[in-house]
Amino acid sequence: MSTTISEYKRCTLVTFEGRVDSNTVPAMEETLKSITDAGQFKIVLDMSKVTFVSSAGWWMLIETQKTCHRYNRGELVMAGLDERIHKSLDLVGMGSYFKIFDDVVTAVAHF
Amino acid sequence: MHTASFLARFDSLESIGNLVAQAAREAGFDDNAVYEVQLAVDEAATNIIEHAYGGEGKGEIRITYQITSDSLILRIYDRGIPFDPHMIEKPKLHLKLEELSPRGLGLYWMRNLMDYVHFEFTPEQGNILTMSKRRIAN
Repeated sequence: MSTTISEYKRCTLVTFEGRVDSNTVPAMEETLKSITDAGQFKIVLDMSKVTFVSSAGWWMLIETQKTCHRYNRGELVMAGLDERIHKSLDLVGMGSYFKIFDDVVTAVAHF
Repeated sequence: MHTASFLARFDSLESIGNLVAQAAREAGFDDNAVYEVQLAVDEAATNIIEHAYGGEGKGEIRITYQITSDSLILRIYDRGIPFDPHMIEKPKLHLKLEELSPRGLGLYWMRNLMDYVHFEFTPEQGNILTMSKRRIAN
């Protein structure tokens, strides 16, 4: 698992790599919290290198989404989500809580 | 019948995922179904670590699987405190983002991802979770 952060003019791009499960969530949660603690509430998550997201991973992202929504036009959006992961999100009824874009360029342009 | 045992720790989740993905591929599942099995088992294993054992490194998780003509049958064993699914409230669905909470959702997810989910406890073997999923013909 690895994480990189890039600052853009209107949003922050975070790239996760590998598995998002109970083993890796604490480190990822800390990364996202450091971004929202710094007052950045427009976040693009590049998921193109993520192979698995468990419910613990979705709960971390739901909590981050809640934090982002509390601020003016804040939002967490995702890009490049693997089709299987996307389908599983819809199957368990959580697909409606995130905007999902095909690629990072489109997601960044959303803000 | 195949059997494997893992330490009940979060850093075992990846190996557990690899085992059941291999089992699901052996059973002839497509990529989506393989992923669904991985997700259901990850949910079950996480629950065992967090709730049955009450933390990491307090026991083992044993997984067996068998492949029948049309299904994959998985059994997950632990020696933690007995689990009674009836004690879990039904989750509230279709809530606003602000009202979402994770309570009871793990079980709901597992039931959505698999065709059959059954919990039992025996003093001899501890908790036994049986889950199965049918292969859908292409």
